[in-house]
Amino acid sequence: MRPPRGCIGIACVAALLTLPGVTPATAEALVVSISTHRVQINSTYTGSELVIFGAIDSDRRSVTRADPYAVVVTARGPRGSVVVREKVPIGPIWANLSQRKFVEVPATLAVLASRPLDEIATPQLQRRLRLGLLPAAAPPGIGAMGLEVMAEDSFTTALIRLKREAGLYVEDPRAVTFLTPTIFRAPVPVPGTAPVGTYEVEVSLLSGGVELARETTSFEVRKVGFEQDIYSLAHRHSWLYGSLTAAMALMFGWFASLIFRRD
Amino acid sequence: MQIYLPIAELPVSIFLVLGLGAAVGFISGMFGVGGGFLMTPLLIFIGIPAAVAVATESAQIAASSMTGALAYWRRRALDFKLGVVLLVGGIIGTILGVWFFNAMRRIGQLELVIVLSYVTLLGSVGTLMLVESLGTLWSARRGRPPRLRRAGAHPWYTRLPLRMRFHRSRLYVSVIPLLALATAIGFAGAVLGIGGGFLMVPALIYLFRVPTAVVVGTSLFQILFTMVAATVLHAGTNQAVDLILALLLVVGGVFGAQFGARAGQNIKGEHFRLLLALIVLAVGVRFAAELMLRPEEPFSLGATETRR
Repeated sequence: MRPPRGCIGIACVAALLTLPGVTPATAEALVVSISTHRVQINSTYTGSELVIFGAIDSDRRSVTRADPYAVVVTARGPRGSVVVREKVPIGPIWANLSQRKFVEVPATLAVLASRPLDEIATPQLQRRLRLGLLPAAAPPGIGAMGLEVMAEDSFTTALIRLKREAGLYVEDPRAVTFLTPTIFRAPVPVPGTAPVGTYEVEVSLLSGGVELARETTSFEVRKVGFEQDIYSLAHRHSWLYGSLTAAMALMFGWFASLIFRRD
Repeated sequence: MQIYLPIAELPVSIFLVLGLGAAVGFISGMFGVGGGFLMTPLLIFIGIPAAVAVATESAQIAASSMTGALAYWRRRALDFKLGVVLLVGGIIGTILGVWFFNAMRRIGQLELVIVLSYVTLLGSVGTLMLVESLGTLWSARRGRPPRLRRAGAHPWYTRLPLRMRFHRSRLYVSVIPLLALATAIGFAGAVLGIGGGFLMVPALIYLFRVPTAVVVGTSLFQILFTMVAATVLHAGTNQAVDLILALLLVVGGVFGAQFGARAGQNIKGEHFRLLLALIVLAVGVRFAAELMLRPEEPFSLGATETRR
């Protein structure tokens, strides 16, 4: 682990003043809208896609930015704990002996941008604004320095890598498209294995390496109809549900013996 | 065509699951085994969480053993009294097994326990079966009659107290070893998602000399009720039984088993046992490889708990 770097003087004050969420007052405001606030999981659900629309509302027309606008959309699934295990050789076998539990990790994460993140903001700013997969996945309490340490950690990088391989974490630097210079859209993927819960979407507007505005919205993923009925039956009346499943199995077994009876 | 599994919480291809059910059903119909030891690992390989795979598979085994037990019952090839004694042990084992399963799931070592148990169980049983069937084939080729066990000699464990007479099986044995055997198999069944027929049948034949005419029917009868208990207990305590997945597996399995049973009639007994031994060993080796080979990706994601 790297020794923590000292944070001195002005840099430190600046970091305190620009905590995430505390956006300095600028000329721009963001208006965002989401195509639906409710994703419904039914029996044919295999994943879904929402669309975020946004408009940049510039009240002072006189302001002209030297740099073009850049937008980063971060959609986080419900947070929960996840265990990452590492296989370690003991004798002839490889066993999951080493493990670490991560708390407050989003189940899914999509980081969508209009340009590659490194072109939009410096690594320091990315960490401070929680842009990018690792900063966005980290628990809310972690500071910029903690994030720097996490980026070097094999368990944390494995977590991000595995989540990406499972299609749960997505990073796409070209997903946000500008329809006009001030109106943009971004498709937010919801994978088939996404858990139910509340998904938070943060839209961040940047220009010239500075965050100008930030807006949040949310949507909900829930099971409906038959899927929800089964799920709630299994959880609320679990013994009844178990008996019903067993009865169904016996009935099918009996039917089969009637249909295929050969004697 | 995809269908969303409400408990496993992921979409799967209907035809893939029906196909798996049919393929394993074919093998189980052919060999008269439940097929749980094949199906549970296959479900885990296609991405179903281990807990859901184990818990749901018990429902499928209940269905397939229902069909089997009914067929044997019609032919009166079933020792009801012996089955009930074994069932008592099986239920005790299942309760212990489900408790152990939930405890391991809580501390996050369920997957390791399942993999290690599969390697041990399938490796040892597969090797025993292989040696036995190769031995039989070998002596048959040399023209020597296969060695038969001496009649009349009673092993020590059958002379323990609480002896009971089983008329259909022409047995007079202590119920203690019978209960112990059924408890052990019930425990393994609940933890691993297997019926345990491939353990119960040889154990009853070799350890207790139950006549082969009634052994399969009796074993199926015991598995049927043990797996009903396992399904209800799993559903009641860990909510990991997926009704939709169970339904697909049952339907696939029922059809596969019928074709398997027909195919099985055309194979000779010794070849038949050799083939079964090879299948059991192959699954064991597949699990062993997972344990022994240097993994390409040493990291894996464990259970995710999302606040609702």
